[in-house]
Amino acid sequence: MPLTPDPAPSAAIAADARDNETTPANPTIAPDFSAALDEDAALEASLAPVDEPGRQPKMRAQDVDVFYGDKQALKSVSIDIHDDRVTAFIGPSGCGKSTFLRCLNRMNDTIPSARVDGHIELDGQDITDPRMDVVQLRARVGMVFQKPNPFPKSIYENVAYGPRIHGLASGKTEMDAIVEKSLKRAGLWEEVKDRLDESGTALSGGQQQRLCIARAIAVDPEVILMDEPCSALDPIATAKIEELIHELRGRYAIAIVTHNMQQAARVSQRTAFFHLGEMVEYGKTSEIFTNPRERRTQDYITGRYG
Amino acid sequence: MATGHTLKAFDDDLDRLRALISEMGGLAEHAIRESMRCLVQRDVEGAARIVENDKKLDMLEVETERRAVQLIALRAPMAGDLRDVVAALKISGVVERIGDYAKNIAKRVPLLENIGQIEPLSLLPEMARIATEMVHDILTAFVERDADAALRVMERDNAVDDFYDSIFRTLLTHMMENPQSIGQSAHLLFIAKNLERAGDHATNIAEMVYYAATGEHMTEAQTGKKP
Repeated sequence: MPLTPDPAPSAAIAADARDNETTPANPTIAPDFSAALDEDAALEASLAPVDEPGRQPKMRAQDVDVFYGDKQALKSVSIDIHDDRVTAFIGPSGCGKSTFLRCLNRMNDTIPSARVDGHIELDGQDITDPRMDVVQLRARVGMVFQKPNPFPKSIYENVAYGPRIHGLASGKTEMDAIVEKSLKRAGLWEEVKDRLDESGTALSGGQQQRLCIARAIAVDPEVILMDEPCSALDPIATAKIEELIHELRGRYAIAIVTHNMQQAARVSQRTAFFHLGEMVEYGKTSEIFTNPRERRTQDYITGRYG
Repeated sequence: MATGHTLKAFDDDLDRLRALISEMGGLAEHAIRESMRCLVQRDVEGAARIVENDKKLDMLEVETERRAVQLIALRAPMAGDLRDVVAALKISGVVERIGDYAKNIAKRVPLLENIGQIEPLSLLPEMARIATEMVHDILTAFVERDADAALRVMERDNAVDDFYDSIFRTLLTHMMENPQSIGQSAHLLFIAKNLERAGDHATNIAEMVYYAATGEHMTEAQTGKKP
């Protein structure tokens, strides 16, 4: 009969044996290991603390209200967006997440019935100021849309257009360099370098979206806003865009609106949950998806909204 | 959580996982109770059945793992749901282990068939009763996501530990007075140890249940661990 031998009976050994099997790994050692092993923890540790004195968020929205005619689409939303992380906005349709994203580069100006109240800053500068040059603003705060929308021009021209109108290149050589760098950063260069003259609209959906990202990058923005950039793409093209977002993180502040919660979980370090025009909860992505504080967040991310 | 998922099949999957854990718990409790009955009544055949029935518990553990992995793959559970599934996965392993303790006790029954009526023999069933109640209550707490019930189970582990210390001392005295019974007394000591381990595992499950239900880990004061 396989009965294990036990040490000599003494009260000390008995007490010791009772404890040893349930005591978890030494708690004083564990954090060091987990920080080294856990990529997310390492990434989180590398992010500058938000409450660091003197640290300015890249963009700061305070008490932002948006009305479309009489209907209030956003109710007093306040969020800081930092330049070393990806911030995701999630929530059901009509919750205001896209409306909020569009406030960040004043895209709502293009909707006649829209009215935006509140305070939105880029590097401490009020962007809602009527004297603000919105063309300049949108060069600094670029945008990528749900449906890839390349210009009906060549791949080269799609990327060169922005730098040209902003006068960023002083000659053909310089422009070539900007186009190549932008396409490389967008992960598209290898696929199109031999056919830059072909039409941008002839590319596949995923390639078109990366072309749009290259176009946004070409004017050297500080913030990139993405409004459901993958919802029209297949899973492989989606994975490429997500990998791209990872690579662009740190170089640009990135804010992304997505209906795909798994995508928010995969690409972002901070997540904000919107519901009925309110910003319900904003926090670390890892916490929002494992242990949300608000009941409404919990119901939404676990699939309990009927 | 009070409200169900928009996708009803998701609720069904989670319920089935909880039902599996309940079933495993029922088998483990029964195995420990039976092992005590067989010990007290010198029922060697009954003890052999306990050893045989333990295979069912092993199978259910495999089934729980299969369902949990499938649920994670197909439903992508989040937040409280995810914590529940991970807890179920871990708890099934612990309950299987509790079943192993019952099996280990049962294996000692034939070796103690002709033991006299010594005092620890009357203490062990009472100790087993508390340990099995802990197992029962903590698995109920898991199914009902009841963090308070998990804390109450934690508190009862002290009673099991006290029983163990008491039985340990009694057996030591018994061995010194009756050197010819040292072998059998040692077996009884292992049985007490197995019951003590079962109680400890119930507290481990309590920590898992608490985390699954609240998203927070128990504080050191709540786990009652000595520094």
